[in-house]
Amino acid sequence: MEKFTPFESRMVAIPRDNIDTDQIIPARFLKTISKVGLGDQLFCDWRYDAEGKPKPDFVLNKPEAKACQVLLAGDNFGCGSSREHAPWALTQYGFRAVISTSFADIFKGNSLKNSLLPIVVPPDVHAELLKNPAGAVKVDLASQTLTTPSGRKVQFPVDDFAKHCLLEGIDELGYILKQEPAIAAFEAAHPAGIDTRT
Amino acid sequence: MKPRTIIEKIWDSHVVAERPNAPTLLYIDLHLVHEVTSPQAFDGLRARGLKVRRPDLTIATTDHSTPTTPRGFPIVDTVAKAQVEKLIQNCKDYGIHCYPLGSDKQGIVHVIGPELGLTQPGMTVVCGDSHTATHGALGALAIGIGTSEVENTLATQCLLLKRSKTYQVRVDGALKPGVSAKDIILALIARIGIGGGTGSIFEYCGSAIRSLSMEERMTVCNMSIEGGARAGLVAPDDTTYQYVAGREFAPKGAAWDQAVARWRQLPTDDGAAYDKSIMIDAAALEPMITFGTNPGMGIPIRGVVPNPSDITDPLERDSLKSALAYMDLPAGQPLLGHAINVVFIGSCTNSRISDLRIAASVLKGRKVHPGVRVLVVPGSQQVKEQAQAEGLDQIFRDAGADWREAGCSMCIAMNGDQLQPGEYSVSTSNRNFEGRQGKGARTFLASPMTAAASAISGKVSDVRELL
Repeated sequence: MEKFTPFESRMVAIPRDNIDTDQIIPARFLKTISKVGLGDQLFCDWRYDAEGKPKPDFVLNKPEAKACQVLLAGDNFGCGSSREHAPWALTQYGFRAVISTSFADIFKGNSLKNSLLPIVVPPDVHAELLKNPAGAVKVDLASQTLTTPSGRKVQFPVDDFAKHCLLEGIDELGYILKQEPAIAAFEAAHPAGIDTRT
Repeated sequence: MKPRTIIEKIWDSHVVAERPNAPTLLYIDLHLVHEVTSPQAFDGLRARGLKVRRPDLTIATTDHSTPTTPRGFPIVDTVAKAQVEKLIQNCKDYGIHCYPLGSDKQGIVHVIGPELGLTQPGMTVVCGDSHTATHGALGALAIGIGTSEVENTLATQCLLLKRSKTYQVRVDGALKPGVSAKDIILALIARIGIGGGTGSIFEYCGSAIRSLSMEERMTVCNMSIEGGARAGLVAPDDTTYQYVAGREFAPKGAAWDQAVARWRQLPTDDGAAYDKSIMIDAAALEPMITFGTNPGMGIPIRGVVPNPSDITDPLERDSLKSALAYMDLPAGQPLLGHAINVVFIGSCTNSRISDLRIAASVLKGRKVHPGVRVLVVPGSQQVKEQAQAEGLDQIFRDAGADWREAGCSMCIAMNGDQLQPGEYSVSTSNRNFEGRQGKGARTFLASPMTAAASAISGKVSDVRELL
């Protein structure tokens, strides 16, 4: 994982509540055995018409959406399926952060493991951002600060451990592997009740 | 000792390590693997040169991208075929037991886990699938995870998790005829919304839950994620022990007695506190159906579709507006009598033998409406065999329904079973998101009884008229 560094970007807004992972990337694209090449399929059914042509009125197809690294979305973003293809598609498109008033649990966990920062803001800040949905924001994870287009600095919550992993560019597995003695001790004290291979 | 909920008891007994400024390292007793969310995890192991730590606690099957056409047929979708073959190869490479296509024990991962006796009370269970909470019906803490966590579990049999809030869902009273477990969970989600349980784990309790069979409890727990919860479970009782006893991987002999004695310690202690609670009166419930594009958009079968102009929050109002536009439904009108094209009876929510029995009891001696295509898809090959032994397949066929092989089928529409754009279904599955059952598909979620009644009339129907 790359280290998560501070950045400034304009936002692109999809102001809908409960955007589920089937919208972020439809299930028919989950037959892949690869992690890459999913950016083009992001929001596929909102983004392209029946012939596969970009719909001009969908926000990601507008010229000003190009190079935007921050998605502004409605409440409970990422609900539904546990597919990690959702944050893969978002990051491969170019997003580094999603701003919402809340995120679904599994999506949030998956995002943090893929250098995609879920930024939770209170409803008043969210409403302010929606008034200038193409405005530029600054994201600084180290200080947990979002600077809105009007210059207002807003603190956002991040789990300490996830923050450490993002800033240092380390993944969880390396950390867990270092706890091998504790895992072995647990296993010795708790013999398994099943053996799936018998 | 402070009184604890079953959620806290299972959690506490699986803590491997707790370090400052880090989530808890939790041990996983059972890891279920399927073809869709695992290939990239196995690639991760390869890249690091790691082995699967506990193949003996890991089991695999193919279900999501698996066709439900006769098993002798090839998989015509080459991308799906490659994914199914990849799972089989990965299992071979890493010594994991797999029930592949063609196995008499293949099926939807959340159907076969309990069916084989692999899922047991007090266990921690994970799977790269959000409907893993199904296993909570047996009194297990069962959590849906993404592919990174699949990789972590394969490599270490552990996950880093933060403790969730505890959320008591108390359902008391007796269900009326025509009202089922599916209606309990749809009613709960309609009340709290699809984000209502975010950050929480549900414990379902109360007399109505106690009266449910194991398979009905699975239906309830299955859709915990649709209420936003990380997991959902029911404390084990005699119903649970009777269900588990004698199954292939269940403890036997003296080990069984010891296990039951241990499991009897699991239920929530008197006086234990929950972070949140909700009460539902089972006797007041009606058959439920969804009208919109998320499972929280549900109404009683004789209710009316809500009106966006009654909602003050602008984003909420817009969400309802766009849902009704997608579904092409007028606000303020009843859904009852709305014409449908397809009925799907299946999925990890409602594809077990009791679901098929109840659907068959409605369809027996009746005919499916000529304009409607009906798919009945058993959750596993074992369910299929059982149904055939009872003659249920013949009832479905005689009625004019299509009887299929086991798999996720039209719940996820990545295996060839899907709606055409604009078509309406009454579906016993768990999600009515835009495009979930195929691009442009429109889904009404309901119980197997409601689905069977609607299959006969060709429109959204109240099963109670047939009882």
